[in-house]
This record gives sequence, C-alpha cells and structure tokens, in this order.
Amino acid sequence: MKIIKDKQIIEDSWQHIADDEEIGNGDITVSLSRWSSEKNTLANHSGNIGVRIAPADNVADIADDLNKINLIAVELPAFTDGRAFSHARLLRSRYGYEGEIRAVGKYMADQAFYLQRVGVNAFELEDTEEYPAVISTLNDFTVKYQASTN
Amino acid sequence: MYQYNDDDQTLIDERVTQYRGQTERYLKGEIGEDEFRALRLMNGLYIQTHAPMLRVAGPYGLLSSKQLRMLAHVSRKYDKSYAHITTRQNIQFNWPDLKNVPDILADLASVQMHAIQTSGNCLRNTTTDHLAGVCTDEIEDPRAYCEIIRQWTILHPEFAYLPRKFKIAVSGSEQDRAATQLHDIGLHLIKNDAGETGFRVLVGGGLGRTPVIGKVIRPFLEKKHLLSYLEAIVRVYNLNGRRDNKYKARIKILVKESGIDKMAEWVEAEWQQIKDGMEVSDERYAETKAHFTPPTYEENAHQDSSFDANKNQSAAFATWIKYNTADHKTPGYRAAFVSLKAPDSPPGDITDKQLDAIADLADQFSFGEARTTHRQNMVLADIKQADLFDLWQKLDALSLATPNIGTATDMICCPGLDFCALANAGSIGIAKEINEALDNIDYLHDIGDLKINMSGCMNGCAHQSVGHIGILGVDKKGVEWYQLTLGGSSENEAALGERLGPALAKDQVTQAVSTILDVYIKQRLDEEVFLDTVKRIGVNPFKEAIY
Repeated sequence: MKIIKDKQIIEDSWQHIADDEEIGNGDITVSLSRWSSEKNTLANHSGNIGVRIAPADNVADIADDLNKINLIAVELPAFTDGRAFSHARLLRSRYGYEGEIRAVGKYMADQAFYLQRVGVNAFELEDTEEYPAVISTLNDFTVKYQASTN
Repeated sequence: MYQYNDDDQTLIDERVTQYRGQTERYLKGEIGEDEFRALRLMNGLYIQTHAPMLRVAGPYGLLSSKQLRMLAHVSRKYDKSYAHITTRQNIQFNWPDLKNVPDILADLASVQMHAIQTSGNCLRNTTTDHLAGVCTDEIEDPRAYCEIIRQWTILHPEFAYLPRKFKIAVSGSEQDRAATQLHDIGLHLIKNDAGETGFRVLVGGGLGRTPVIGKVIRPFLEKKHLLSYLEAIVRVYNLNGRRDNKYKARIKILVKESGIDKMAEWVEAEWQQIKDGMEVSDERYAETKAHFTPPTYEENAHQDSSFDANKNQSAAFATWIKYNTADHKTPGYRAAFVSLKAPDSPPGDITDKQLDAIADLADQFSFGEARTTHRQNMVLADIKQADLFDLWQKLDALSLATPNIGTATDMICCPGLDFCALANAGSIGIAKEINEALDNIDYLHDIGDLKINMSGCMNGCAHQSVGHIGILGVDKKGVEWYQLTLGGSSENEAALGERLGPALAKDQVTQAVSTILDVYIKQRLDEEVFLDTVKRIGVNPFKEAIY
C-alpha cells in the first residue's frame, strides 16, 4: 500500500501485526505491550521492527529500546484523540528518536500540519485519496509561535 | 496595546487561507460533518438554533478604535447590525452565513483580529482584569504576560485536540476581577517575602455542570518559567485527562480524581524536564512589555475643577460617576464603564452604531483604546476627569450610560433558548422581566452591590454558580424551570452558590428575586452588602420567604 513519507507518496511494505496474530516475515510493527513482553524473541526477527503506541501507552516505556526500533507508529483511533501529538513530541524532543514516526488510524488530512510540527514524518491513512490534501496541508503555515520539533 | 509584527500578520492571514480552503472542501462534500465541525469550532464558528454563530477573539479584552469600527462593519455587512460581548471578553455575531465566514475572517485579519481557538477542545482566549494597567490595587500589569500566553496558545501543535476546552485567566491586582479561581488554570501575580513578583498558580477550577474552585498547585512560580509550567500542566492533562465521557473530561475532574498532590507531583516531574529550555527571556518580556507602556497622561489633569462642579450641579452625573467609573492610578483620570445593560436591550448586546460611536469616543477621550469585561460591559480606561461630563452626555445619548455597573441589573446572561442550540430555557426574557421589576433606580442603588448571573442550561456560560444570585434554566418535560442559588462569588473569596430549593416556574422567577431582595433589605445591618448578609444569615430566611 501507499503512504506519505517526508512529503512524498511512496510504496510501503510494513505490516501491522495484531496481538493475536502470528509474526511472519518482512517489516512488522507490534503493539507496545507485545514489544515489552516479546522483545527478546523479536530481536531475532529477520525484518525490521516497529512499535505502535496506543493513546494510553507511556512512551517512556520504550525510551531504552529506541535504537532497536526502526519505526514508531503513533495511533489516533479517532481524530479527536490528541494524545498521539504528545507521544510524538516526547519521542523526538525528550528521547531523541530519529527514525520514522508514522501517524496511523483515523485522522483528518487537516491535522497533518500539527502532526508534522510535533515530529511525525510519515502518514498512513486507509483512504489514500486523502494524500494530496495531506501533502498540501503540510504547507499551511510558514510562521509559528512555539518551539516544537519542526 | 500589542501591535502585530510581520510574522503575527502572516500567521493570521495564512489561517484565513487555510480556513477558506477547508470551507470550500466542506461545501464540495470533501470534508465530513464531524471533521468540519472540529475545524470550524477552532475558527470560532458554531451552528446554533437559527444560524451559525461566530465568536471573535478579544485578546484579554483589548480593542483599538480601528478594531471596534471593523466589528461594526462586520455586523452591518454580514450580520444583523449588532454584536454580543461574552464572559471571555470575546465578541459574537449571531447571524453570519457559513459561506461568508472566510470573508469575515479576512476582514478581521486586516485589523489584526481573528477567531482562532475561541471554541473547540483546545487552548482558548486568555482573559484578564478589565482594569489592568490602570487600577489602584495592581501588583503588576498582567497584559504583557497575557500576550506571551496568547502567542504560546495560538496554533499550539501539541494541544489542539485536548480532552476538552481549556481556559486560562490572569490577574495582576489584589482584588481578583478575572475570576482566576474558576479557570482551568488561574494565574495570580503576587509578591513573595523577598519582594519579587511571581505567579500563584491554580489549577482545576471551572464552572459548567460541575462547578469547582481551583486549587493552588504552585504557591509561587518565577515569571521566567511561565510557559514551561503551563506546558507541563497541559501536557499532563492531554495525556491523562479523561476522554471516555465529555462531562468528565475537564482538567478539574482529573484534579479531583487524582487529588491535587498527585497532580502537582506529575506536573513537577514533567516541568523539571522542560523548564530550562523554555524560559521567557528578559529581552522577550521587555519587547512585549513595550507594547503596554502607559499612554502620555496630562500631568495637571487633577487640577481641573469642572469635574467637581459638574458633580455638584448634576445628580445624574454624580450617580453615573459613582457607579460607572473606577479609580485610576494616575491622579486626574478615571476608568469609565460603558454599560451594555440598558433596560430594553439584551445583556451584552451592542449595535453597529454604538460600536462606531465607542470607537469615536475612544479616539476622542481614551487614547484610541477600549476593553471588554467578563461581566459583558465595556471600559474606556483612561478618561481625564475634565472630559467625564462630556463623555457621560455622549454615552447617555447612545443608551450606554445606565448607572447600574455592579448592581442587580448588571446581569451576566447567556443568549439562552432564543439563540443557543444547547439551552434548555430562555434567559433574555427573564433578564428583561427582572430589569422591569427593578426599574426604580433609587431602589436599585439602595440594594447596591449585587451580581445576578443567569444561564439557560447547566453548561453555565453565564457563571450562575458564582452569582450572588444564580439562576439556572432547566428543562422538565418540555417546560422551562429555574433553579436559584444564593451566595456565590467569583472574586477573592470565591464560593459556589447554595441551592435555595426546588426549581421555580418561569412566571415565579422575578417575584422570587424581588422576595430575596426584600429579605435582604429587612435583614441587612448598616452598610452590609447582599453577599455578606447571605453569608451571615444563611439561605434559610430567603428560602422561607419564597417557598
């Protein structure tokens, strides 16, 4: 499927593995709780590993593992749930994570600008027809008041 | 007052462009109802009973004459030639057309105004004392801090989708005129034992369905740490506030459920991580403060003798001075209230002609500036005493000089069932009835200091729970009923009103208010004001007289 990464629409092969799903091959993301309980076996996985941060998760729980993680997906189960914004901000500013942070879930193209400001650099939406709008809103503002990640 | 630089202007211009695009995409069906709702609310646009309502930010209540004229223009061109002043010192238009809103916002942007974050679950317009910079009991002028907070809140990328709305108020004086104890965060400028000024920080206050008085989370915060401390509180709230129930989502519920000590511990831990990187530098403060230097007052203003002569000659003028003006820190000057509580007009409403006229009066008498108050009036803050008589006559001709500031007919009142989609009961009609019952000005003045606050539903926009007399409209099986409370206050001795008894039918409310005032007049001692009598004798004597 396609995602947006660094303002470009690209092909993407990462698979999001549910907690009750078998882990196959290739690049995969797992939930933070699965990562926490299975990280020793996951270390032997052949592909890249990513971790999904649910709204109620505490990102401090993976602070020590960030060098083993190639992607962090911050989840927005609904566009009104703003916890992902703080998660991304903390991952970038406090814990110095430099890999891909991807916004996943149900959110609006019009939230992409703020998501980018807090450190999200990749966007995955079910409705890929939204992607041109996402890319366009990333340029909504040329000025800002607050220091943030971007 | 604060003047935009190029970046400030670019930001609000780009916001207009962004919202214009969003409106166009919505009208073409490319943005869904729920999604557009969130976007329009963060641009001040509600959908009300009859029409959309647009809420324009009055940043901590300050308006220039140019801005007043633009508000008049907007009301004429896009609305029904009037506007409404709110308890957050904002300005509302009740009848704009959704498709015209981008044009309205562009007109407002041309005079450095916007409607950003006047609604929605985000950081709202910061409010302060309407007498900031001129009052006699000021510890420090709070306006530069308000502007620094305004800039921090506007388009804050992390805090635009909070569990619920978030309101901050700042007070810089001994007497709290900004209801800081009833805000999500209240900031009170104080002096510590070493004589340094800092902030007492309160958290978790609020009105609405569950009124709560804020608790002190930090007794003294150094001023340079203002933004990091705010950021720490809001981040803790964003991550931990309840999102499962909209009625339990305000920070006051988080504070209540976790306890203030736990909350303080979380905030402290967060703050320690960010405080050193977010200091408000001396340069930044000085630069902002420079926008709020006092105007050039006339040194000999207090030597004028016409002021006393006019007071002696005109009892009506003397009465207006007593009720509708306040002491000023500069000798020979007073702050004058513009009463938006004339008997025949809904509380807080103002016409285009009045807005234009106030702009002219501000230019003529008050350095081109005016302010909105959280009690839904306006203030011309810097009037030379020699000009007061002239100003009074002109305000009187505009029906803006009803001498009722701080009295029973200076009611805070929401738009109620007449306009608001949330309301359960009418409020403007009752306000009118109470006004008619208290039309004897001598009686009104005999009753003296009294705050009546009335909301048409339990969302409590008119702060009824902190009214000396609070009136809350409720719906019982399609019929409007009214719940009365007594003894509330939003000032230094903040208190929530006590319920008087079962709700009253619509036609009993005005009579009940009159009965309450009769009991007060009978029971008061010497100069005792209403609130003190209620505190001394309790609600029972009032209850017995009504039920």
